[in-house]
Amino acid sequence: MMAATPLLQVRGLTRRYGARIGCRDVSFDLWPGEVLGIVGESGSGKTTLLKCLSAQLEPDAGQVVYATRDEGPRDIFALSEPRRRLLMRTDWGIVHQHPVEGLRMGVSAGANVGERLMAVGARNYGRIRASALDWLGRVEIARDRIDDMPRTFSGGMLQRLQIARNLVSSPRLVFMDEPTGSLDVSVQARLLDLLHGLVADLGLSVVVVTHDLAVARLLAHRLMVMRAGSVVEEGLTDQVLDDPQHAYTQLLVASILHP
Amino acid sequence: MSPNAVPPAPEFALAVTGLGKQFTLHVQGGVVLPVLSGMNLEVAPGECVALNGPSGAGKSSLLRLVYGNYRAQKGSIRVRHRGQVVDVATATPQKILELRRHTLGYVSQFLRVIPRVPAIDVVAEPARAVGMSLAEAEHRAERLLSRLRIPERLWSLPPATFSGGEQQRINLARGFVVDFPVLLLDEPTAALDADNRRTVMALIAEAKGRGAALLGIFHDAEVREAVADRVIAMRPPAMAA
Ligand SMILES: Nc1ncnc2c1ncn2[C@@H]1O[C@H](COP(=O)(O)OP(=O)(O)OP(=O)(O)O)[C@@H](O)[C@H]1O
Ligand SMILES: Nc1ncnc2c1ncn2[C@@H]1O[C@H](COP(=O)(O)OP(=O)(O)O)[C@@H](O)[C@H]1O
Ligand SMILES: [Mg+2]
Ligand SMILES: [Mg+2]
Repeated sequence: MMAATPLLQVRGLTRRYGARIGCRDVSFDLWPGEVLGIVGESGSGKTTLLKCLSAQLEPDAGQVVYATRDEGPRDIFALSEPRRRLLMRTDWGIVHQHPVEGLRMGVSAGANVGERLMAVGARNYGRIRASALDWLGRVEIARDRIDDMPRTFSGGMLQRLQIARNLVSSPRLVFMDEPTGSLDVSVQARLLDLLHGLVADLGLSVVVVTHDLAVARLLAHRLMVMRAGSVVEEGLTDQVLDDPQHAYTQLLVASILHP
Repeated sequence: MSPNAVPPAPEFALAVTGLGKQFTLHVQGGVVLPVLSGMNLEVAPGECVALNGPSGAGKSSLLRLVYGNYRAQKGSIRVRHRGQVVDVATATPQKILELRRHTLGYVSQFLRVIPRVPAIDVVAEPARAVGMSLAEAEHRAERLLSRLRIPERLWSLPPATFSGGEQQRINLARGFVVDFPVLLLDEPTAALDADNRRTVMALIAEAKGRGAALLGIFHDAEVREAVADRVIAMRPPAMAA
C-alpha cells in the first residue's frame, strides 16, 4: 500500500459560493490503494470538496496535486483543459450523488458502460459488449437489461449502472458521492464487497463521501469528518468512530445506533 | 561468564510504557473519564499475559490502545514489527494498518464484517491480506473452522445470522488464521461451550509454542490459569488512588 509518493496531495483547498463557504482550507494526502471516507452532516461541504478534488469545480484557493503516470506530480488546475479531460477519462472514475448526472440517459445501459471502454481506446465490439455484460453482472443488473434505456431503471439500478460505467475502464482513482445511499441493504452489501475486492486486488484508490458511518467503517481506511466546510477531525477509520476526539464527531457517532 | 553477569532480558514483542488514557465526553458537558495512567507492561515472544480486574478497570481499553483503535494521551506502545520497533501511540494510520496486517492480531467480542460475505471468506481474508495463495488461505480457514466445530453447512453462509458463540468462533478463526507475532484476546471464550473452550486453550498453547506474544482478558479462571504465564491486576482508576 505504501508507494514513494501520494497519489493525491491536497493543500489548502477552499471554495466559496458568494458569501457562503463550500469548503475551507482542506489538506490531506491520499496514498495508492487507500480508501478515504468523508463524513459529516448535510451541507457540511462534502460534495463541494469532492467536486473540487475531481476537477468538476474550480476552487478559489489551494492545490490538488495528482501523481500522473507519465509526468509525475502535477497540479490538476495548472494543466491545460484537454490534458485534464484526458486524465479524467483515462485515470479517474466519478460516481455522482445523483446518478443522472453521471449517466447518458439517451443511450442504452450497455452503451453507457461500453462508451467508457471506447474512451480509453477499446475498439473490438464483441469484447466491449462482453465487458459490459460482465460489469452489469457484477453490480447485479440482469443481462437481459443491457439494451434497455436508463430511464426504465429504478433509482438503485441507475446508481449501480453508474458504478459499472465508472469501474469498467480500470481507473486508478475513483471519487464517489454517496454511492450506496439509494440502494437497498442487500445490494449495498454486494457493492461494498465488490469495492473492497477491487481495492484489495487492484490497488484502486477511492475518495468516498457517505453519511452512513457503517459503510465508512467497512470501506474506508481513513476518515475525515467535516463540519461547516472545515475538516474537524481525521484519522484511522475505527479510531475516529470508536474514540472520537472532537465534540462534533462524538455527537455524530452518538446519534447513530450501531456505527 | 563473570560471576555478577545477568542473563540478557528476553527481547519484548510488546512494551507498554507510561501509558495514559482518558476519555473527554464533550456530549456530556466535557466530563473527563480517566481510564489508565502510568501503565507499564512487557510481553515476550512465547509468553501469554492475562489482564485481570473488575468490570470497568480498563482491560478492553488497554487492548484497544495496543491495537491502535483508541488513541493514547501519554506514553508509548512499542511493537516489534518485521525487525523494527513501531510505537502505535504515534504511528501514522498507514503504519497501523500495516502492523495489523502482519503483526497484530485482535480477537474482539464483536464480529464486524461486510454483510453477505461467506464465513469461509471472512476467515480466509486476513491470510489473503498477507499474501497467502487462495488455496492456502482457504485450507487454513477450513482447518480452523473444523477445529472450532463450525458445521460445514455454515461455511458458505454469511455470519451475520450466526449465534453469538458461532460469531465468536468466526472471530477466533480470523485471529488464528495468520501466525501473528502479537495476539490480543478480549474474552475469547466468553460465549463458548466446554469443548470449544478447550480448543481455544490448545490454539493459545500452539501460538505460544511458535513464539507469539499474547495479551488477553480471560474471565474464566480455569482458562486463565491454563494459558497465562503471568497475571496483571488492574483496578478502576477511582479505586487506584
Ligand atoms: N451551487 C451552489 N451555489 C450556492 N451554494 C451552494 C452550491 N452548492 C452547494 N452550496 C452550499 O455549500 C454548502 C456545502 O454544500 P455541499 O453540497 O457541498 O454539502 P454536502 O456536505 O455534500 O451535503 P449533503 O450531505 O446534503 O449532500 C451548503 O451550504 C450548500 O447550500
Ligand atoms: N469509547 C469509549 N468512550 C468513552 N468511554 C469509554 C470508551 N471505552 C471504554 N470507556 C470507559 O472506560 C472504562 C474502562 O472500560 P473497559 O476498558 O471496557 O473496561 P473492562 O474491559 O476492564 O471492563 C469504562 O468506564 C468505560 O465506560
Ligand atoms: Mg452532497
Ligand atoms: Mg472488557
